Amino acid sequence: MSITVKDVEHVANLARLALTEAEKEQFTGQLNAILKYADKLNELNTDGIEPTSHVRPMVNVMREDKVAESLSIEKVLLNAPDEEDGQIKVPAVLE
Amino acid sequence: MSILAPYETVVGLEVHVELHTKSKIFCGCSTSFGAPPNTHTCPVCLGHPGVLPVLNRQAVEYAMKAAMAINCEIAEWCKFDRKNYFYPDSPKAYQISQYDQPIGSNGWIDIEVNGKTKRIGITRLHLEEDAGKLTHTGGGLGSLVDFNRVGTPLVEIVSEPDIRSPEEAKAYLEKLRAIMLYCDVSDVKMEEGSMRCDANISLRPHGQEKFGIRAELKNMNSFRGVQRGLEYEQIRQAEILDGGGEVVQETRRWDEAQAKTFSMRGKEEAHDYRYFPDPDLVRLHIDKEWQERVRATIPELPDARQARYAEQYGLPSYDAGVLTSSMKLADFFEESLKYTSDAKASANWIMGDLLGYLNANGLELDQAKVTGQGLGEMIGLIEKGTISSKIAKAVFKTMIETGKAPQAIVEEQGLVQISDEGAILAIVDKVIAANPQSVEDFRGGKDKAIGFLVGQIMKETKGKANPGLVNKMLMDRLRS
Repeated sequence: MSITVKDVEHVANLARLALTEAEKEQFTGQLNAILKYADKLNELNTDGIEPTSHVRPMVNVMREDKVAESLSIEKVLLNAPDEEDGQIKVPAVLE
Repeated sequence: MSILAPYETVVGLEVHVELHTKSKIFCGCSTSFGAPPNTHTCPVCLGHPGVLPVLNRQAVEYAMKAAMAINCEIAEWCKFDRKNYFYPDSPKAYQISQYDQPIGSNGWIDIEVNGKTKRIGITRLHLEEDAGKLTHTGGGLGSLVDFNRVGTPLVEIVSEPDIRSPEEAKAYLEKLRAIMLYCDVSDVKMEEGSMRCDANISLRPHGQEKFGIRAELKNMNSFRGVQRGLEYEQIRQAEILDGGGEVVQETRRWDEAQAKTFSMRGKEEAHDYRYFPDPDLVRLHIDKEWQERVRATIPELPDARQARYAEQYGLPSYDAGVLTSSMKLADFFEESLKYTSDAKASANWIMGDLLGYLNANGLELDQAKVTGQGLGEMIGLIEKGTISSKIAKAVFKTMIETGKAPQAIVEEQGLVQISDEGAILAIVDKVIAANPQSVEDFRGGKDKAIGFLVGQIMKETKGKANPGLVNKMLMDRLRS
């Protein structure tokens, strides 16, 4: 499997990244090199092995349903680029 | 002939139900409704870098309970995945959901439409987190974001495309809502958004096996809205097909005010959510013991209870269906039966006077002050002849409004039925003496005149005279 410039454009679009033509070329090459390296795994026989989603052996890490203190509204809004009446203001999103 | 006659409608529903845990699914922020914007948020639900989500055990157990109640198989192993998308309602730019290992799968529920029972398959039930709430400011200059709802636990319940009409869709939703209420996992209020529904709908010519091209409907905010949205959409699609056209596969928004659906083209690109396992959350192992512990907390569900009412109390299936449509109503009914053995009388009072009063005043059962015990005792008073059924109607209304015991109302307002023969006879004689014309009319063959005389006697006694005795004694007097 190899990555084309078109794939890079698609992924960049999904990630909201604006790439220059030179960057697209550069990343296409780099991504192909990474995939080729990962291809080495295909040399292993994985018959009868279930797909692994997590490498750590832990299961069922859970907390009890207890309410903890939230952040103050002042702190919440510190990271907001703009605000109005305690809400974070963003460019218009219309349905 | 209806434009729909040549076609069969095929509907599948995706229903989101908010689980009413106290805290959010991956952090300790409160989930209570109606707090000032952004005051129930923290670095975890705001998606700050370096934080770790920790799963709420109660959310998992509510999801298991909901899945079991709709007859799903429970996954022994499951995991959480990231669903990636950019939208300002999601601070992390992904939603934690379950992709290929949902907690429940292959379930079903039975619905009843036009007296027929039909089984609707449930593809899956999975656990995920809710998104924030956007409001659009005037002039379209900006949107405001409230992250309080981010991280509220949700289950998404996906039906098989087994639904064949808007009525079936409504019946399915109502049944699903009743089951969730019985399980006590959610408030399931469509108006408050704790139950939300999207629908896939397509048409195909009768007899054709292959499904038609479907549209996805969003923004239907009530049971009625779902039904109306689907009714509109099936006609829209039939008109396209009749004209030789093709339905476009797209998402459409139901506009309640205009009673139309509109294409949302442009907003949604091809879905490419790039799901992958969330590395911050470890796998979930649900062993038999845990399953059984949760299963034991599921109460008797509406179908079973309806069947039992018909069997145990001899109620008509319709009555049993109405009483079990909500668990609170069914509990109320059963509470009343601790104080009277007349189940049919209790059912009639509940379905007639109680539900009538609630509907007329737009109230829920728990806003009425009357108790099942009160109703049971009141039926007892009628049985004993202490009050007439007519007086009981007024007493019951007072009970609904004040919560007072029936005995107390009867005593306070002096409503005890007059069953003393001497007292009634005196009034009968008085009324006969005062209305010679009616007496003559009756004796001349006008049966109707009796009604007037009875009315006068009841008026004299403010409705308290025992009607049976009044009738009997009046007739005796008139015929003597």
